[in-house]
Order: sequence, then structure tokens, then C-alpha cells
Amino acid sequence: MSPSVPLQEMIRAIRSARTQCEERGVIQRECAAIRAQFRQADNGGRSHNLAKLLYVHMLGYPAHFGQMECVRMIASSRYSEKRVGYLGAMMLLDEKQDASLLITNSIKNDLSHSNQYVQSLALCTLACMGSAEMCRDLAPEIDRLLRASNSYIKKKAALCAVHIVRKVHELGELFAPAARSLLSEKNHGVLHGAVVLITELCERSSESLERFRKTVPDLVQIMKGLVISGYSPEHDVAGISDPFLQVRLLRLLRILGRNNETASDAMNDLLAQVATNTDSTKTVGNAVLYETVLTVLDIKSESGLRVLAVNILGRFLLNNDRNIRYIAMTSLQKIVGTDHNAVQRHRGTIVDCLKDQDASVKRRALDLSLALVSASNIRSMMKELLLFLSSCPPELRSQAANGIFTAAERYAPSKRWHIDTILHVLITAGGDVRDETVPNLIQLITNTSELHCYTVHKLYRALLSDISQQSLVQVACWCIGEYGDLLLRGDCQEVEPMQVCEDDVLDALETVLQSHMSSTATRGFALTATMKLSTRITDNVDRIRSIVSIYGSCIDLELQQRAVEYNALFKKYDHMRYAKKDSTHFCCCGVILFCSVNSFAFNVILEPECEQLTMHVLTLYGLTL
Amino acid sequence: MQFMLLFSRQGKLRLQKWYVPLCDKEKKKITRELLQTVLARKPKMCSFLEWRDLKVVYKRYASLYFCCAIENQDNELITLEIIHRYVELLDKYFGSVCELDIIFNFEKAYFILDEFLLGGEAQETSKKNVLKAIEQADLLQEPRHEYFNVPVY
Repeated sequence: MSPSVPLQEMIRAIRSARTQCEERGVIQRECAAIRAQFRQADNGGRSHNLAKLLYVHMLGYPAHFGQMECVRMIASSRYSEKRVGYLGAMMLLDEKQDASLLITNSIKNDLSHSNQYVQSLALCTLACMGSAEMCRDLAPEIDRLLRASNSYIKKKAALCAVHIVRKVHELGELFAPAARSLLSEKNHGVLHGAVVLITELCERSSESLERFRKTVPDLVQIMKGLVISGYSPEHDVAGISDPFLQVRLLRLLRILGRNNETASDAMNDLLAQVATNTDSTKTVGNAVLYETVLTVLDIKSESGLRVLAVNILGRFLLNNDRNIRYIAMTSLQKIVGTDHNAVQRHRGTIVDCLKDQDASVKRRALDLSLALVSASNIRSMMKELLLFLSSCPPELRSQAANGIFTAAERYAPSKRWHIDTILHVLITAGGDVRDETVPNLIQLITNTSELHCYTVHKLYRALLSDISQQSLVQVACWCIGEYGDLLLRGDCQEVEPMQVCEDDVLDALETVLQSHMSSTATRGFALTATMKLSTRITDNVDRIRSIVSIYGSCIDLELQQRAVEYNALFKKYDHMRYAKKDSTHFCCCGVILFCSVNSFAFNVILEPECEQLTMHVLTLYGLTL
Repeated sequence: MQFMLLFSRQGKLRLQKWYVPLCDKEKKKITRELLQTVLARKPKMCSFLEWRDLKVVYKRYASLYFCCAIENQDNELITLEIIHRYVELLDKYFGSVCELDIIFNFEKAYFILDEFLLGGEAQETSKKNVLKAIEQADLLQEPRHEYFNVPVY
């Protein structure tokens, strides 16, 4: 049998392995030796064998064969063996393993051990991996320790009780009386544990919450003692006396003051004091201020105190530390609904955070900015948001684009501005918008008849420069199909004059049809548009006919179907082509065909003259209106 | 706190403390994904990130990342202080601690952590008391196992 290597030798050997394979070899050898050692009788080296196994486990190698050894070690009378045994239990056993039940008895014995460090091991392990069954079994022991032991054990018992309550909610009742009495202890560790326990109890049961509300004056006293009293070097962190305890106290006060006027009143002065006097130059001070702000905003505080809290958040927004800015925005997000005006005051700073380097900060700033858009600031906010959209990280694009649309819809100062904004978004981030954007935009354009000329010109120009954004291309094609005559007439006042002839338009549509970047849906739009143009143009009807017939033998079924049907329309209704209400006829047909292929619910307005044609087309498809 | 992980810049795990019951496979998966996410972050970025449905707080000290996953109601800034306190404890115990100390004396690092946090919450807010407790516990170690008493490479 190979001699067992000391722990640190083994670590050195593993680290000096040059390849993964070599490392595996070393570990396999060591594990074999460890296994052999486990089988042997007690040889005094048990604890460091287990430690070796635990190291190997941390590297990711299987170590389940050590579970029983942990159980044995925990039952040993030697402290070093217990120590490593309990560590092993916490690392290798979890409540799902059967072996974990075997240590319940050892834990029970160790909880009443004469040596407090042994008790400590048992408490720590129970709080870390105790299953519901173990908790139920040992709860009375823990309660006993909560009442009658020294501070060292009491503080641990309190946190152990927290774990027990999390696992078995009903046991909260058992610990409530002891928890109450712990509040009169002077030891900070015990106080901290007591506050955490009471917090847990109040969160779990409304009866506990009611009962513990009576402790608010006591909690306020303890907190006052920390904030005002003299310097306590033992608990001081950068001038703040026991910030950990302060934060937990504030959190408990928050829970107790929520929805309760009396409790909130009782803590009002204290909160104002903490908010004003806490030093905010270091993180630790800001941690306490942060918790204070959260509490003030969640309880029924006076308006003056609320303003104070929001101002603290405003100061946080200007802090050099990125973490603080992030925290501030998270908190502001929570109150943007209730304290909208207060948050609006900091809009400028929030918008600046859109330009921050960190993606998490950017995301927070985006959420807040969208929430702060209103009728009065829509123009300036939109400018910032569109700027953000052009350079934002890809994971935020979709949220930004959709947020912009919602804001635009709600607060658009004019139709033209609305359309421009949507177009801008489609050009910048067309790939990230929701599917409904296309029909919504089409609806918007249809309803804005005074801007048809302007819109079709803008879309045509957009189409010429870039056909990769599908949503944009789809809307552009539709628009050209619908208002192509306005485009060709070329006399729009709001845009630069541009000479567009029929061939140009057909070229553009054909490019879309033939491009590999166009999706099937996009091609469908382009084809329908081409078809609709046949009523609006005079010279190139044959060209259109040939385009349409080419697609009659297209591989894609949808396009083929459309092309064939359009061809049929061409042949059957040629005589109607230039009749007075033609545009409407073919508009109706186009819309119905578009509808049938895409299953959109569209409102189609029919004029009486169209009826005959429309009914025919509908019968062709077996549709009803 | 749900768990704490310590890992190097190369993604080697140096300590893992889990306060929630998860099977080994889950733990490995979480560790792998979270490590990747944190190591991909640039130096000047925020110490907080949202990962799955948890809040993650991390800070780098020399070559080691200290990473904690906390619940939604927990205070991120105080968690940074908790991490800092743990580093201070390690530093005081090992005397100017470095990554090698934690590698060769990993079980000590766990013992110190277990005197500072219990069940995921801080149990002792006085640095002095934590160190005193460890000292006393170390004295109980049976003399045969010298390795455990003196931090040595």
C-alpha cells in the first residue's frame, strides 16, 4: 500500500501536473490510497485523508465514497476529526442524500456538548444543510440553546432557528418568545441574530408581524444607540458603528412599518436622523443610507421624509461609483409610479446614464427613461432615446425599440413626427421590433391621408439605401404599391424634389424580390405591390406582367400561389383596369389577397362598385367577409 | 445569501459554499455559467448583475474573484462589505493573504467563513471576536495534525 501523502504534498503534486491527463492520474492514485485508508482501522490520519478528498472534490472529481467517512468522523471524539467531518458533511451531503439523516443523532449529541466549539460545529452544519426532518427533530434543542447558553452559542442558535423556520414554517411559533427576549441582549452578534430571526418570523406569518410591531420602540432605541453613541472600536467600520446590524434593523423596521401608521410614526424621527447624519463618503455609509431610503419609501412616512429619501437617491445618481448609480436607479424604478414628479427632477442625470459604459447601468437607465417619458418632454426624450438606440448593446435593442414605439404612440405631438420616429426606428433597428409593428404602421399611414405623399417619398428613399431591414422593406413596398402614383407625380412639398419614373420604382421592387436578404413575407409584399402598381402606371404593364408570371413558377409555395392568382386577375379583369374606381378595386383585391395569405385581421372598406369584383375574389378563396 | 464562490482569473474554483440544497450536477452547472459570466465582465463595470432570478455581487481582490448570490430583498452594498470583511479576516489570519494560502489551506478558509457567516447570514459583526474564536478552536486541534495549525505551503 502506498504511504499516505500529506495534504499539502498532494496539492502540490496535483498543481504541478502539466496536463489534464496527468492530473487525472495523480488524483486517481490519491483516491485509491484514500479509499484504502478509509477501510483501515483508525490510524490517526483520518482527518487529513478526508481533507484530501474534499480538495479533490472541489476540483470537480467524484467523492461520494467519502460520505460514510464523514458520518464516522462526526461521531469521533477528536475535535480535529469532528471539524473536518462536519466540513465534509456540508460539502458532500445535502438533504437529498440518505446519508444526511445518519448524522442527525451526532448533531443532537454535539448540540449539548460541553465544549462550545463542538456545539458550534453542530449548529453550523444544521444551519447549512439541515433537511426539514432534521429540523423538526432538533428544533426543541435549538430553542433551549436560544434561552440558556452563552452569547457565542446564542447568536449561532438564532441563525440556526432562521434556517429551521425557512424549512418548516410552522416552527416559527416555537421560536417567537425566545426571539423577543433576545432583543434585550447587549452582545451585537446575538442582537444581529435576533433581528434576522424576527425578520424571518414576520415575513412568514401576519400574526407574528402584529405581535412584533410592539417591539418597534425597542428597535428604535437600539438603532439610536448605534447611531449616536460613542465610538465602539470593535464594531466600527469607517466611522459607522456596526453597519451590518444597522442595515438589518432598518430592514426589520421597514417590514414592521409597512401599511401601519403608528409604527411608521414611531420610526420617523430616527429615519430622518440616520438619513441626515450618516457619512456618505464610503460604501459602508451608503449601504446604510440605501437601506434607510428603502425603508422610508416603503412605510407610511411623512412627505418631508420622502423628499429627503428621493434626494439621497438623486445624490447617489451623481456619485462617481458606478455601483451607487446602479443602486439609485434600481430604487428610483420602484417609485417612479408613486413619486413620479420627484423622480422627474432627476431626469437629466438618468438620461446621461444611458451613455454609461456598463450594460447593467444602461439597462436601468433605459427602464427609467422610458418610464419618465411624458407629453411635455416627448421631443427631447425621443431625441435621446433614438441616439441611444443607434449605439446600444444588442440585448437592449428590442426593449428600446418597443419602448420607443409605445411612447411615440402615447405622446406623439404630431402625425408627421410619429411617422418619422417609427421610420427612424425601423431604419436603425428594424430587425428587433415586434411583428405587429408592420400592420400598425400601415394602419397609421392609411389614416394619415394628408401625409401619404410625404410618407411614400420617405419610404422610397429608405428602400433605395437599404433593403436589409425586413419590417421597413415590407412597409415601404406596401406604401409604394398603394400610393405609387403620388410617388411618380413627384410634387411633394415636404421633401426634396426627386424625379422618379416607373422603371425606377419597378427596379426597386424587383431588387427586393430578387435579393437573398428578403424573407418570404417581404417578397410577398413586394409582389403584391408590383401587382397593385399595374393599375397606377401606364407604360410598364407588360413588365409587371412578366415579373408576376416569373413567380408563377417560383419554388416558394406562397409566392407561387399569389403570382398565379394575380395572373388570373390580370387576364379576367383587364377591361376594368382603367375604370374610375380602379385603385380601390385593386386595392381591395390586394388587401384581401394579402389578408388571406397572412391571416391578418384588417378592416377593409368597400365601395359599392367594388362589390361584384370583391365577392368574386372572395368566392375564389372560399372566404367570407 | 444563497451561495458564495471564490475563483481565480483562469476560472479555477478555490472555495464554494452553498446555503441552498442543490444536487452536484446543478451546482456544477451554475458554477460554470456564473464563472463565465463574471469573468467576461470588464474591469470598470458594476459589481452587481442580475443572473437568472438572483442578484449577484462580486469583487475582485488581486487574483481572486469573490462572488455571492443574494436574494432580491438583500442589500447589495452591505454584501460588498461582507465580502470585504471576509477578506480582512483571511488577511489577518494568514498574514497578508494571497491565493496560494487559500489553495493550500482551503479547509482553514472554510473554518473562518463558518465563524463569520452561518446559514448565509452574518453571525458575528466584530472582527476581533471572529478571529478569537478561530484561534481558540485551532488550539483544540490534536497536536498530531500539525499541518492544520500553521499556514504553510
